[in-house]
Amino acid sequence: MAAPTTLPSALADAVRDESSLRRFLHGLPGVDQVGVEQRAAGLGTRSIKKASKLHAIDLAISMVDLTTLEGADTHGKVRSLAAKARRPDPERPDVPKVAAVCVYPDMVKTAADDLVGTGINVASVATAFPSGRSTMDIKLADTRFAVEQGAAEVDMVIDRGAFLSGRYGQVFEEIVKIKEACGDAHLKVILETGELVTYDNVRRASWLALLAGGDFIKTSTGKVQPAATLPVTHVMLQAVRDWKDQTGELRGVKPAGGIRTTKDAIKYLVAVHEVAGPEWLDPHLFRFGASTLLNDLLMQRRTQLDGHYSGPDYVTVD
Amino acid sequence: MWEYAPAPESRDIANLKPSYKMFVDGKFVEGTGEPLKTINPATEEVLAEVSTASQSDVDTAVKAARKAYDRVWSKMPGSERAKYIYRIARQIQERGRELAVLESLDNGKPIKESRDTDIPTAASHFFYHAGWADKLGYAGYGPDPKPLGVAGQVIPWNFPLLMAAWKIAPALACGNTVVLKPAETTPLTALVLADIIQQCDLPPGVVNIIPGAGDVGAALVEHADVNKVAFTGSTDVGKIIQGQLAGTSKKLTLELGGKAANIVFDDAPLDQAVEGIVNGIFFNQGHVCCAGSRLLVQESIADELIEKLHARVNTLRVGDPLDKNTDVGAINSREQLTKIKELTAAGEAEGATRWTSSCPLPDKGFFFAPTVFSDVSQAMRIAREEIFGPVLSVLTFRTPEEAVAKANNTPYGLSAGVWTEKGSRILWMAQRMRAGVVWSNTFNRFDPTAPFGGYQESGFGREGGRTGLEAYLDV
Repeated sequence: MAAPTTLPSALADAVRDESSLRRFLHGLPGVDQVGVEQRAAGLGTRSIKKASKLHAIDLAISMVDLTTLEGADTHGKVRSLAAKARRPDPERPDVPKVAAVCVYPDMVKTAADDLVGTGINVASVATAFPSGRSTMDIKLADTRFAVEQGAAEVDMVIDRGAFLSGRYGQVFEEIVKIKEACGDAHLKVILETGELVTYDNVRRASWLALLAGGDFIKTSTGKVQPAATLPVTHVMLQAVRDWKDQTGELRGVKPAGGIRTTKDAIKYLVAVHEVAGPEWLDPHLFRFGASTLLNDLLMQRRTQLDGHYSGPDYVTVD
Repeated sequence: MWEYAPAPESRDIANLKPSYKMFVDGKFVEGTGEPLKTINPATEEVLAEVSTASQSDVDTAVKAARKAYDRVWSKMPGSERAKYIYRIARQIQERGRELAVLESLDNGKPIKESRDTDIPTAASHFFYHAGWADKLGYAGYGPDPKPLGVAGQVIPWNFPLLMAAWKIAPALACGNTVVLKPAETTPLTALVLADIIQQCDLPPGVVNIIPGAGDVGAALVEHADVNKVAFTGSTDVGKIIQGQLAGTSKKLTLELGGKAANIVFDDAPLDQAVEGIVNGIFFNQGHVCCAGSRLLVQESIADELIEKLHARVNTLRVGDPLDKNTDVGAINSREQLTKIKELTAAGEAEGATRWTSSCPLPDKGFFFAPTVFSDVSQAMRIAREEIFGPVLSVLTFRTPEEAVAKANNTPYGLSAGVWTEKGSRILWMAQRMRAGVVWSNTFNRFDPTAPFGGYQESGFGREGGRTGLEAYLDV
């Protein structure tokens, strides 16, 4: 098996062959379900007010991967999403722009054309999203197509079937190959934690993706319930923290699906701050995969600045 | 950098009054003892003046309790007693915010703990025991177990309202009447509980609350007409009480100090173990008799675990107890702070490696930064004596047998923690721990259904659960 980057010797050894990889992943400390859920609930009670809340809202806006992943997507829909990304709140030009627009591969060119020069990336899902059930050739072609069309970020899915049946080497190889196919594009590896089910699996899959060279680990496609949860994100944040402690490299985390309110987003930011560390409070290292979250952030931002609530009619639907 | 703005709970919610009276025979009355001033340990300002009991007030309170026992409470059907106890539980919930803020002001504990742990658990003790009041015949103590009479109860300052609930709820459920002395430094929430009891129309004299210092407690436990003594506090005082009660027919339960071992095996869920260690020793500033003050960690993972622990402890926010984001509040008194400083100095002098959190501390008030000692050996004072503060001693072991030997090598035996993903090892360890409570893959979890109590110098008798009823029944 080919190690993607120069790893410290202990980790290079972990990816030497299939059985080393298995030993390594199964040698990771377990995750206690009750404990991690208790910690996530406890941190969820942090009270973020006033200036710290406004800062959190602006930070969260700048971390949004504004997403549309529907069978019903059209070029018009994508163009209006790109417009929303450029100016989230048209009446308030000081609102930060979002991090990226996330679409299916065939919509990448439309989005990219509309976002030229804005600093907003186009992210594309790929590799037979959302199920990942196809051949490697098709997954690679899917990825290359997205990058050719102008995607700066690729959100791939792992083969959960292979992972759950213990074929870790296969999952590893796939990520390595997709990473190669990405070229300069950043690779986000979707673990689909709702199908992995246990926190132990989430930790193993996180390490697997990090070892294979994923720039980001992402919770979910948004097509499977449960999608992102706070405890799952805790486990993944701990993984990137541990990765940094062992390698010195910073890798990112992206919870996606189900985060709809400012209150929820702030709970995630508190987790980023206190579990991974303050340096992860950066759109290069943390993203929200969301569509409806942005408007709630905008409404709460207005509330903070104006001193009163307005309503959904004052922000644009798309 | 993202700083959390202060998010203080309003102190107005506490309805703080300039003075508080003691509660005897259903009325708030001035005590004839020297009034005490209770302070906010986070600011050292005086919160209120509290009247205290003299010897004769103790006698009056016990007489009121006796009269209420003879005439009303012991004769009342359990189902009727239950109604009163349920009412108290609901009132505690209704006034939860007030009680939480007052508790944090008087005690120094962070509002998130008083709000999320102390007050809800106090209410749940009343709810739980209300359920027992008419079912005592099914508790396993015979078909119709009888109450004991008047219970004299003395409680500590670390969980002022919660300890009052632990004591009063089972006593009332079993048909006893109560004279309770709250701690000298934290009398306020017990007196609000008295107000709740008055508003619940409890018959006069069923519960009496008499603030004061140790002499009031001594007079109460020595009183000839008290049938049952329950004490939670230091081992030194517990020994004195046991001496005083020797040769009397009074029934006694003691819940005293501890030096609990939190044992982490190399196959433990490490991140959650770190959380459990932090919760075990820094919860309530370490003012917990069952605190996991000795960390026993398997040598093979000691360095990794200690590194993770330091990183985690550095994120603890120490400061204003009323700030909703505070994790560690104020030490309860100057006296306690002095004791913590003395013992940590001894730790350094004896050669342990001291690590202190880099968190900033407030300028005034009694604060102590979370501290972890590594390279601790069994012979050191910090491994043997109860510090009762935010100070952890880390020791290592190589085999399960050694872990058991070290964990049990203490005159105490209140609680223990075992961290391993291996179920059989949990059971193997739990069988061998000489501790009243053994937590597995968690720590400091309290529930009214689970009996709590100690071995050896940690005391005897159990509180909570079916087992806890025995302390208040004539069996």
